[in-house]
Amino acid sequence: MARIYIDNVQYEVPEGQNILSACLSLGFDIPYFCWHPALRSVGSCRMCAVKQFRDENDARGHIVMSCMTPADDGTRISIDDNDVREFRAGVIEWLMINHPHDCPVCDEGGECHLQDMTVMSGHVYRRYRFKKRTYLNQNLGPFINHEMNRCIQCYRCVRFYRDYAGGRDFNVFGINNRIYFGRCNDGTLENEFSGNLVEVCPTGVFTDKTLRKHYARKWDMQTAPSICPHCGLGCNIIVGERYGSLRRILNKYNHDVNGYFLCDRGRFGYEFVDGPSRIRQPLSRHDGDRSDGSLKAVEKKEALDLFKGISMDSARTLGIGSPRATLEANFSLRQLVGAENFCCGMSEHEERLVSSIIDILRNGPTYSPSLRDVEMCDAVLILGEDVTNVAPRMALSLRQSVREKPMEIADSLRIPRWADASVRQAVQDEKGPLFIVSPMGSGLDDIAARTLHIAPDDIARLGFQVAHEIDPDSPPVLDLPDELGRFAAHISAALKSSRRPLIVSGTSCGTLSVIQAAANIAWSLSRTERIAALSYTLPECNTLGLRLIGGLSMTDCFQKVLSGEVDSLIILENDLYRRAEALLVKGVLAKCKHVIVIDHILNRTGKESDLILPAGTFAETTGTLVSSEGRCQRQFSVMPPAGQTQESRIWISDVMAALGKDSAVNYSTIENIASEIAREFPVFKDLTEVSPPVNFRVFGQKIPRQAHRYSGRTAMPANVTVHEPKPPDDPESPLSFSMEGYSGIPPASVTPRFWAPSWNSCQAVNKFQKEIAGVSTGGDSGKRLIEPLTTENGVYFSELPEAFNFDNTKWVVIQSFHIFGSEELSSLGDSVSQRIPNPYIGLNGDDAASLGKDNGCMAQLIIGNVSLKLPVRIIPTLCSGLIALPVGIPGLEGVNLPAMGKIMED
Amino acid sequence: MEMLSDEIKSEIQCGTGACPTRRCAILEALEIVQRRHGWVSDERLKAVADFLNLTVEEVDGVATFYNRIFRRPVGRHVILVCDSVSCWIMGFENILVHITKRLGIGFGETTPDGRFTLLPIQCLGACEQAPAIMIDGTLHGDLTPDKIDEILKGYE
Repeated sequence: MARIYIDNVQYEVPEGQNILSACLSLGFDIPYFCWHPALRSVGSCRMCAVKQFRDENDARGHIVMSCMTPADDGTRISIDDNDVREFRAGVIEWLMINHPHDCPVCDEGGECHLQDMTVMSGHVYRRYRFKKRTYLNQNLGPFINHEMNRCIQCYRCVRFYRDYAGGRDFNVFGINNRIYFGRCNDGTLENEFSGNLVEVCPTGVFTDKTLRKHYARKWDMQTAPSICPHCGLGCNIIVGERYGSLRRILNKYNHDVNGYFLCDRGRFGYEFVDGPSRIRQPLSRHDGDRSDGSLKAVEKKEALDLFKGISMDSARTLGIGSPRATLEANFSLRQLVGAENFCCGMSEHEERLVSSIIDILRNGPTYSPSLRDVEMCDAVLILGEDVTNVAPRMALSLRQSVREKPMEIADSLRIPRWADASVRQAVQDEKGPLFIVSPMGSGLDDIAARTLHIAPDDIARLGFQVAHEIDPDSPPVLDLPDELGRFAAHISAALKSSRRPLIVSGTSCGTLSVIQAAANIAWSLSRTERIAALSYTLPECNTLGLRLIGGLSMTDCFQKVLSGEVDSLIILENDLYRRAEALLVKGVLAKCKHVIVIDHILNRTGKESDLILPAGTFAETTGTLVSSEGRCQRQFSVMPPAGQTQESRIWISDVMAALGKDSAVNYSTIENIASEIAREFPVFKDLTEVSPPVNFRVFGQKIPRQAHRYSGRTAMPANVTVHEPKPPDDPESPLSFSMEGYSGIPPASVTPRFWAPSWNSCQAVNKFQKEIAGVSTGGDSGKRLIEPLTTENGVYFSELPEAFNFDNTKWVVIQSFHIFGSEELSSLGDSVSQRIPNPYIGLNGDDAASLGKDNGCMAQLIIGNVSLKLPVRIIPTLCSGLIALPVGIPGLEGVNLPAMGKIMED
Repeated sequence: MEMLSDEIKSEIQCGTGACPTRRCAILEALEIVQRRHGWVSDERLKAVADFLNLTVEEVDGVATFYNRIFRRPVGRHVILVCDSVSCWIMGFENILVHITKRLGIGFGETTPDGRFTLLPIQCLGACEQAPAIMIDGTLHGDLTPDKIDEILKGYE
């Protein structure tokens, strides 16, 4: 610890910080712009000046930038000194010279760091009376709005976009008073993390364009803590609502998971909630004919009566769960239909891969790293994943991990790590070892030490050989070509010389042996006295949780239906047409007498059902999800489900009650369900502790979802009644749908917003951390379910696949992923849908030439019973002999890959 | 039409061979293009970016930082008039007024016949010859209005 003196009072702070973050950690307010806890210090804005004194006899002192000065033992500073206050007032005055003062029409108004800092530093009167510099704005695509006049030239945007996120289509232009942040020309910002500019920018230059379509001020939004439903990583988000519609998603700081940043799919993928495919009313088919899509709206009671009318003979009813629904909803359905009739709703192939991943994580010595751990790894091997498009936020963490090893250069020059400009100057383009072995190029190729594009089976073989090079006890690959052998030796040498190696793999290749090879490598590293991290990406937000509950395989389930053993099928938040071939699904649905769907969007499965119960989306649902890390986290509804909609699990408990099941009472509240789950599955023993219990209160008060300045609560329903209605109850969480309640800092998992006196912007998060960029004041959020078995070594997998051999006729069709398009829900939103690529058949240039195809030519691809006629897209990095098909994109759902395919002759 | 001739490409290659990163080569490459074409058009800037395997944003960020990389067309000759302290003391304003009258253009403008572009410069490092101007890299010092007429005649 270092002893520092602030205005003559002694404090103890951890060593190795700068004065700014030390002071902020202690709770002092020092204004700043260019410094950001994740982007660190560059000292360009001059806003965070403090006065430093040499010793206790130095009465004069000198002004220093607190972000650029180490808080060493004995440091004496003053924040309140008159000279330095004047200095800061001067700095903000000149930064504000060209600012348009358009706060009333600015989307940032009321949550603006510039407003906060201007007030904090006492700039209250404008003396500048001349013309202001103005700029032309750019159209930066569907996500980000651009208003350059508001810029104060702090350079945070370009430092985030280029230095942190690796984007290259954005820069700073000009010099002097002509500085411009943007692109060369109008056009969509291509980087997958562009949405963070909204939070990184301290003023209103970059704002959320999707919010603009239904704007509300920060204080007018009802907000709740939630978990992003758009991939398996479980990033924490803050969801904002007003007038019953979802307005925006903000990052919710979680030290271990997403830190300060989200991906664009997570931030902008919410629009499906109020989109045209949303179901708001129970729908029922009266005439029994499924083909004409004649679903009619019915009332809730009628829907439940209809349900009662359906024979619920437990032996002849099947329930299909969903990896995008909460644990509670899935488990309730499982209890309704019985464990032996519950199917987890993944394709059989996917389920096999996920089961294997769970076994590896539960029975091996390696740990599944949090995203924070990923950032700290100093050597990385990616086996068969396009992380940027499958688990985007992890790609941002991996981008930071390659900076870990070169930090030794900065350390050896005794440059503190927070001195970002100096560190980057010292490190230059030096990067730590990151290897990518995948079937085709990925979004991280630009930072990789080496990439290799080979077929999935060869990826596995290379992986097995890497493990063998590290630990000769693991099975060797005897007939590996020399080139691959050398590459394996190169990778294993890099992994062996690292301190914290990381292996990333997952289900994207669809190949079990790739998953096993990754395990072998991680296990072999664990035997060399290293803490090896092993991270598997998973496709959906609750894939891991659902598999831990388990159930029938999809094939068995379909088999049962087709052999006539099933009358009724209850499908929970799952579009079967995305899971299996259309012909098969059609047959299955046709075979059932009754198909009941509980979902919030009307998809193809819903259109062919007999009864649809309108469920809540993530925004209206309180429940638990398990991330690919194995972290169990709770999402809270931001608004009560409107009208006839209800959370899925409530529908199920209503159905239980309607059917007169005694157990209904056990499934009526989330806490009851959680304790039932914990009782049945030991792995979920901590489920009830994921967040504070329902009866949690601070000073007897609930935590309000509405800010203390929330406006119009009596005026909003004035067209209905002029009396103030009672706020809706929330019996399921310690949060309330009201303004009243505890206004301090609640436990992290139930923190609905970041706000503190003088800190109206998202940077109020500083006040919610024990120390800057550290853990939250309110404790941890989420519980890790799976920890490594340190006593076990892991039994090496030894089943090697055959080498890939292309015979010019049988192509292996693999999945290619797109951050926008491959995920079901986000694709339904207006903004995201503008970024979805058109379906294509991806071919390597040579392969396309051998087929006589050029970019854009139509080609016909046959996979089993499926025939696809699509334009060819040349993917230069794709391994020869493979065809890449974009997965999940509208029009290509339900094709289970990898599979063998045939290109038809013209 | 190819935006960068093979000759320019090889000149860039040769001028930037020692650069440790591609980004270091940007300024040199832009200077080579400007030497040949007088200025750097959007199309040529894109060609430089493609040739160096960089994005246009990366190249234009450098190009717009330096005010003597011209991103708009300039005349056949560029006159830089020093307006710094020494030249100001020695009366650069008379020189400027004279040039302006003579050519009918102000700072930042080009004569209609495309002969001259007039730009200010902070210092030419020729205080001992103040007031001074520079035309196309040639320094002209100790100027008087008469002298200027004589000098301008030399540039067609």
